[in-house]
Amino acid sequence: MSVNSPSLTQLITSDYPHGFVTDVEENTFPPGLNEEVIRKISSEKEEPLFMLEWRLAAYRYWVTCETPQWANVQFPPIDYQSIIYYSAPKMLKKGPKNLQEVDPEILKTYQKLGISLQEQEKLSGVAVDAVFDSVSVATTFKEKLAEAGVIFCSFSEALKRYPELVQKYFGTVVPYRDNFFAALNSAVFSDGSFCYVPKGVRCPMELSTYFRINAANTGQFERTLIVAEEGSTVSYLEGCTAPIRDTNQLHAAVVELVALDNAEIKYSTVQNWYPGDKNGKGGIYNFVTKRGMCKGRNAKISWTQIETGSAITWKYPSVVLRGDHSIGEFYSVALTNHHQQADTGTKMIHLGKNTRSVILSKGLSAGQGKNTYRGLVKMAPGASFGRNYTRCDSLLLGSRAKAYTYPSIEVKNKTACVEHEASTSKIGDEQLFYCRARGIGEEAAVSMIVNGFCKDIFRKLPMEFAVEAQKLMEVSLEGCVG
Amino acid sequence: MLTIQNLQSSIQGIEILKGIDLTVKPGEVHVIMGPNGSGKSTLAQTLAGREDILVTNGSVQFLGQNLLALSPEARAQAGLFLAFQYPVEIPGVSTLLFLKTALNSLRKARGEPELDALEFLNNIQEKVRQVKMDERFLQRSLNEGFSGGEKKRSEILQMLVLDPKFAILDETDSGLDIDALKVVAEGVNSLRKPDRAILVVTHYLRLLEVMVPDIVHILWDGRIIKSGDKTLARELEQRGYEWLTEKA
Repeated sequence: MSVNSPSLTQLITSDYPHGFVTDVEENTFPPGLNEEVIRKISSEKEEPLFMLEWRLAAYRYWVTCETPQWANVQFPPIDYQSIIYYSAPKMLKKGPKNLQEVDPEILKTYQKLGISLQEQEKLSGVAVDAVFDSVSVATTFKEKLAEAGVIFCSFSEALKRYPELVQKYFGTVVPYRDNFFAALNSAVFSDGSFCYVPKGVRCPMELSTYFRINAANTGQFERTLIVAEEGSTVSYLEGCTAPIRDTNQLHAAVVELVALDNAEIKYSTVQNWYPGDKNGKGGIYNFVTKRGMCKGRNAKISWTQIETGSAITWKYPSVVLRGDHSIGEFYSVALTNHHQQADTGTKMIHLGKNTRSVILSKGLSAGQGKNTYRGLVKMAPGASFGRNYTRCDSLLLGSRAKAYTYPSIEVKNKTACVEHEASTSKIGDEQLFYCRARGIGEEAAVSMIVNGFCKDIFRKLPMEFAVEAQKLMEVSLEGCVG
Repeated sequence: MLTIQNLQSSIQGIEILKGIDLTVKPGEVHVIMGPNGSGKSTLAQTLAGREDILVTNGSVQFLGQNLLALSPEARAQAGLFLAFQYPVEIPGVSTLLFLKTALNSLRKARGEPELDALEFLNNIQEKVRQVKMDERFLQRSLNEGFSGGEKKRSEILQMLVLDPKFAILDETDSGLDIDALKVVAEGVNSLRKPDRAILVVTHYLRLLEVMVPDIVHILWDGRIIKSGDKTLARELEQRGYEWLTEKA
């Protein structure tokens, strides 16, 4: 069957299922950004002074920066003065004590998203720190985690209750001078998640954060910091959706991971921000800085991302392999459909001896989607016997989709070893016809082929989310793949 | 079972089939022979519903239905099977999953309950032995890295599992060693039943030594120019195609 057949088109053009708007009263700042706004954000959140100083320093740096142009994505200039930098549901200003205090409208929203907090709490054993616009709505399982000594709370709460811990690690992996969007985030970030796993503790459950942009014209700038002390392990999953709006919304988050000796952090993302309509109108600009630091020996950081949403995705979850024998992993599926653009990949910076990294990237482009893998593997002079294996596969659906690969490799140590493999293939009419000639309908065939292509990555997700990811791919490709 | 009348089809504006007439009855094994480019594979793929082949004239009745009006999957669901000359690779999709998905699609279309993993495994094991393959083969991605012989065995395995009413084998015998050829022939022979028909497309005679056809057709330039019993194949081997085309 031709990829332009009606059923294929229909599949591609299915509606975004998370596009509802929640009607709650919000405490919203007027649009615009200046030092005064930053001071107000900080005082609204009753932050310690060091935080305000950091925000202001970041802001003063940011105003000297220009929007970077190197990514393989196109969008009109963003007017940063038209963005609202703080928006909080009003009754939550002081933060809910428990689920009963949460605005029922918000809880309904989560239910529509399929993450009823009560259910989560009682049934699933997944702790959820739900971020609704700029304020963390409810944090479940806090007590159980506390028994194990694990701190898992909103970033604002962490700033109030554990300021020294935050101060010790905050900005050590992603300094505000890192890039344009990291600087912006550092100046205006509103909330996020904080997780601290003490020495020797295996976090007793999967941690999970659902972010949701609700208010119109609101930028979401969340900040996540995860610290795994010596010999500890933690697995963290974030999922993202946003309502449908005609205008583009900016999402510029920063995630920092710190793994000390023998610690392991597994960070999985299922990103399904609103991608814009089929003509490319609206959708989230997802410009995110994610980086992990393997600070200690034998530390391990693993990124797994399933990227199906956003009008534009621009992110490179990276690992700095500082500790000897540390390990970095990056497993990615990025799907672009309609007019979506993704420029994503990773950086593996090998500093220590015997450091190892693996990069597995699967890019899928359908419709007029544009998918770019951009990666850097760097072996510093001290990275003796460092090893990297990279594999980038691209799958094209239809004749108008595009795939690009830009791998950079810098090796400054003779004993280091870097391998790179890449492939580009197409779900061809041949494959589809073969499946259909066996009685398998077109949509089922596409779904089967796509899932086969992504299988290696899905395997890396926590079990319960692997199924979700598979379904998400089906929804995102509806009408698309054939 | 299958009645083809004046079937004409073209690919990208080039006329390939120029008027095929062919009737296949239940229980029969037909062989279509012909030189390269005569339209053998196009005939097989036109029947299976390949969409870049344009049917310009003629009709095909299959078990009382207008075959040409059906989508490829509906044709398979109606009981048609094509063993591909060049089976495609589907990375990451195991042969087992593919076969299970295919069989359950057919069962669903017929209103039968779908098989779960265990039932399916029981169903398939004997058939894997029948085509002399290791069961580990089922875990490999479909056709990926398969040798020529393995691909053809895989096609026969699929045919055995899907249990079609009418099977078309498109040059399934080409490029096979003698052992693989036997497997193919035995597979076809084991499918011979009074209510099933088989159409074998080939340009070799080797297969016919191990699998005796009821009727042999010679395809030349998009038309069947001669039909006969198995002795026709023998004659063809001795005298070549020129003997026929000069007469035609």
